[in-house]
Amino acid sequence: MSAAHNTLAVEHLRVTFGKAPNAATAVDDVSFEIRQGEVFGLVGESGCGKSVTCRSLIQLFGGSRPSAMTGSISFEGRNLAALQPKDLVKVRGSEIAMIFQDPMTALNPTMKVGRQIEEGLRQHEKLSARQAREKAITLLKSVGVMAPERRLDSYPHAFSGGMRQRVLIAIALACRPKLLIADEPTTALDVTVQDQILKLILKLRAEIGMAVLLVTHDLGVVAQTCDRVAVMYAGRIVELATTEQLFAKPSHPYTRALLNALPAHGGRGGRLQPIGGSPPSLAAPPPGCRFHPRCSLAIPACELQQPPLAAIQEGHSAACIRIGEPA
Amino acid sequence: MTEPLLSIHHISKTFPMARNFRDVVTRSPRQTLRALRDVSLTVRPGEVVGVVGESGCGKSTLGRCIAGLETPEHGDMLWQGAPISAGENRRTRARHIQMVFQDPYASLNPRMTLGQTLEEVLRVHGLAGDAARRRERVDELMLMVGLAPALKERLPHTISGGQRQRICIARALAAEPQLIVADEPVSALDASVQAQIINLLEDLRAKLNIALIFIAHDLNVVRHISDRVAVMYLGEIVETAAAEALFTRPLHPYTRGLLAAIPIPDPKRRTSVPSVEGEIPDPLSPPIGCGFSTRCSHVIHPCRVRHPDLHQTGEHGVRCLNPAATRPFADPGSVYPATGNQ
Repeated sequence: MSAAHNTLAVEHLRVTFGKAPNAATAVDDVSFEIRQGEVFGLVGESGCGKSVTCRSLIQLFGGSRPSAMTGSISFEGRNLAALQPKDLVKVRGSEIAMIFQDPMTALNPTMKVGRQIEEGLRQHEKLSARQAREKAITLLKSVGVMAPERRLDSYPHAFSGGMRQRVLIAIALACRPKLLIADEPTTALDVTVQDQILKLILKLRAEIGMAVLLVTHDLGVVAQTCDRVAVMYAGRIVELATTEQLFAKPSHPYTRALLNALPAHGGRGGRLQPIGGSPPSLAAPPPGCRFHPRCSLAIPACELQQPPLAAIQEGHSAACIRIGEPA
Repeated sequence: MTEPLLSIHHISKTFPMARNFRDVVTRSPRQTLRALRDVSLTVRPGEVVGVVGESGCGKSTLGRCIAGLETPEHGDMLWQGAPISAGENRRTRARHIQMVFQDPYASLNPRMTLGQTLEEVLRVHGLAGDAARRRERVDELMLMVGLAPALKERLPHTISGGQRQRICIARALAAEPQLIVADEPVSALDASVQAQIINLLEDLRAKLNIALIFIAHDLNVVRHISDRVAVMYLGEIVETAAAEALFTRPLHPYTRGLLAAIPIPDPKRRTSVPSVEGEIPDPLSPPIGCGFSTRCSHVIHPCRVRHPDLHQTGEHGVRCLNPAATRPFADPGSVYPATGNQ
């Protein structure tokens, strides 16, 4: 496994929004790598920094740009964090593609679906109009849109949510990216459609050989799709493991609490075990370990220092000072 | 068997669609969306009835009809045996059936403090006597849902999503209801907070014997909380049974597909093929026969031409024409026969 080369390596990424004293560090010292052809999951609750991490990779922040961003993002040997905007444009949409949570708003409502797919192909691959059109038809077919020749001339409003997400996947995959960033791609979809879309992403991953960064809040989705996972809490990665390791031996108290809070898949299992309290404010996070105010295992030492990620076994690490102790 | 609190018989609800310019020019008739088709349901005192289905299946419309926010066109709704919309019963419903909505951000008045929000309900329904007594009752309600009474001076934007949903539940409780219709009450919340709210609803049910109609798309949550479950598809109930029976011995192919589509939080039980192909048909022109016939892997000829009735065996009802499709699995313990370990 160590022989496989890394498509993406993020080191010490720190992203801050706003100015002091109201500065909020949404992503704090996050490091991880994604190997070629791997599905890497980023899981956590809302506001934990998982979406900001994604957006930092291609510096696509919409209206709210961060006030400071440090760390390195190495993609295929280049540092994306240091690229000029005009060079970044060449990477976005061709080598790194992204699909968003809300398929209802991610498409341009005034543009035919076909043109939206062709746009990237003509921009990045310099295809002629006819070639782009043919490619768009093949792409739509590969993501499971029926009668693609006719659908190319429809506007997005004529598509259902699931179909729109398929169109977005077609757009993302048009230039055969090396990395696909999928930010909660199925959260807005129904469960049977979610199932279809996740399986489609896995199938296309195998065909194209791309790596996938999958952001989700659903541990079920992680278990079903990811090879490796990072669990985030309040802007930091608290546990990093292969999917098998994470579910076989969840080690950070937060990961364990998250798994315990889920209603049992097998049926009524008495009372649920919620995590008390709510996630901390990123502008004024608690001192020491950020989870300690909600942690059932917290000891006074937890307030004193931020625990670093420490290895538990090969490929599995967690940021908790009590990890070595007998449970 | 105790007398049902609420019984609904064969209600239907349609929404007329707006005609656009082209429709007017071509004189095409106004289309109607049949949001509910022939839905029957009973709720007994203190019972939790789960309603599941995907978006657009009519589950929210059903909840809104029960709470009186929509009026069904056909069918009867009986509250403790008497028609719900008749005379005195209208006021009864306004008090005894309360609703909790999905989005706790949108369902509180941003300019009213939490205390004012709760007090308003007491005042409108003439509960809890004078102003001093009302204030006491507000404190009581806040404690009941696990909030410190000190929060009552706050405005909704200063509290968290989970706390807001607690206030929405307190507001429902203020009217001393016998039935709460909760429409996706936890789907806007994070998993850790979701569990707090579900536990709260279960506690309240146990303590106050309030019946609950729990509308959700998350089947694990519904299974956890419900006594009975109804599965809806294209405006009708396709299967209804006691929760355990429905989840361990689902009969309708759609229910099975829905169950198999839940991502299992266990990487050792991965599946590679989607459980159900295709998407919900256009509700403006539903299939003539069975609504699920366009996606069903067990489809036979009659399914496409004849509309199935809800076939009841004891407590378990299923709307399906192909008897082979509805045969229980050989292994009653396994809900996921086709998608197990591979």
